[in-house]
Amino acid sequence: MRFALAPLLLALASVPALGLRLATTTSVYDSGLLDRLLPAFERATGVRVEVLAVGTGQALRLAERKDVDGVLVHAPDLEGEALKRGIIAQPFCLAQNSFLLVGPQRDPARIREVGDVLEALRRIARAQAPFVSRGDRSGTHLKELELWRKAGITPQGGWYLESGAGMGQTLVLAAEKGAYTLSDLATHLTLGRKLGLEALYRREDPLLLNQYTYYLVPRGAKAKEAETLRRFLATEEAARLVEGLRVEGSPLFKPLRGRCIIPEGGGR
Amino acid sequence: MEAAELLEISWRSLWVAGLATLLAALPAVPLGLWLALKGGGGIFGRILLYAGLALPSVVVGLFFYLLLSRSGPLGSLGLLYTPYAMVLAEVVLAFPLIAAFVLSGARGRVEEVRLLVRSLGGKEGQVLPTLFWESRRTLAAALAAGFGGAISEVGAATLVGGDIRHHTRVLTTAIVVETRKGELESALALGFILLGVALLVTALLVVLERE
Repeated sequence: MRFALAPLLLALASVPALGLRLATTTSVYDSGLLDRLLPAFERATGVRVEVLAVGTGQALRLAERKDVDGVLVHAPDLEGEALKRGIIAQPFCLAQNSFLLVGPQRDPARIREVGDVLEALRRIARAQAPFVSRGDRSGTHLKELELWRKAGITPQGGWYLESGAGMGQTLVLAAEKGAYTLSDLATHLTLGRKLGLEALYRREDPLLLNQYTYYLVPRGAKAKEAETLRRFLATEEAARLVEGLRVEGSPLFKPLRGRCIIPEGGGR
Repeated sequence: MEAAELLEISWRSLWVAGLATLLAALPAVPLGLWLALKGGGGIFGRILLYAGLALPSVVVGLFFYLLLSRSGPLGSLGLLYTPYAMVLAEVVLAFPLIAAFVLSGARGRVEEVRLLVRSLGGKEGQVLPTLFWESRRTLAAALAAGFGGAISEVGAATLVGGDIRHHTRVLTTAIVVETRKGELESALALGFILLGVALLVTALLVVLERE
């Protein structure tokens, strides 16, 4: 077995130094947005970024334990709370798109013809049509809960399924079950359409706004590098990269260039 | 996925699992032999060891996460989300596998080996090394079991490694990511590579064992 040791030791020596750790949501990661932004950032600054793709809730928990140096998330209520407690700081609004209700083409609850997202949810509940929830305290899950609350419905029963998984897997489950689900635009365009799910409700609606914000983790191990990333995301080059990301011609995100409503903290 | 990245991920899988197997074998092999020498280590020893075979990898992962997190007791080492954290967790998972295999392989030969050592005028202290030599064939199976457990593991690897691209992504975590993204062909290809790597290493062990 002795000869097996040499390549192992070699591998040990070749592990590079630690880089900046960024926790982000599965939707940002799977959409390919970071694959566009980060190589440009690394070329410009030499700072390496390691990306952890988790839900917003978990990203903020990682920030709380100082296991990451920055977060890119999309749940304003949670972010406000974390800002207040000093877990994250210095928000920079990077990009936005919208949530949409997707579902099977035959649309059993007939939400295609509805003009209001809350009414669409009420129809789904009334028809007891299967609905898949993320159930993982991600930004998308929290948005979904907020919508049910505003619709005056407590979703429960056999038709309400919780996947406890990322957006992609949740779309797969929805497609398998012929169910509705709330999806972000990016993941629906990259995966949902391929699965045969249709965007049944996708209107310009302030209720469905999906806003991604970058925060620093104060006193993190790589606070300086996290600040460097913040400066890069604020450049016009970064905004152009965000704007240029398209799937079959449809843009996935709209750059915000730092202009958006910063969450105040607590429930709004 | 590009060939270069595929190679990188496969290589990382191989060295993380290989290093974990070696580190686990260092104490596990002597322990297994020693327990065999002591008549199987008593019922409690065996229960404890065999229970280790059922150690849930996510629990091991959670334990190391709490230990290595920057807010944890060993946080200052900066090991969380590095390949070394994955090695640590996999050492714990491979250890009972290897020890149990060595124990069950060596147990039946203890008396035979002891008689052999005595008949050649050896002392009791020489029984253990002789037993080790006489059970070298079981050793290959034990290492294969430990390595197989380590390289096919995904729960602990995800929790303490974090599946960071170019840093802690290994074959199993990459399969999860590709499946999540709906890239089922890539996931399947990675699965075949994982099977291939496991087959290759096992073949190597079996060939070595024949000598």
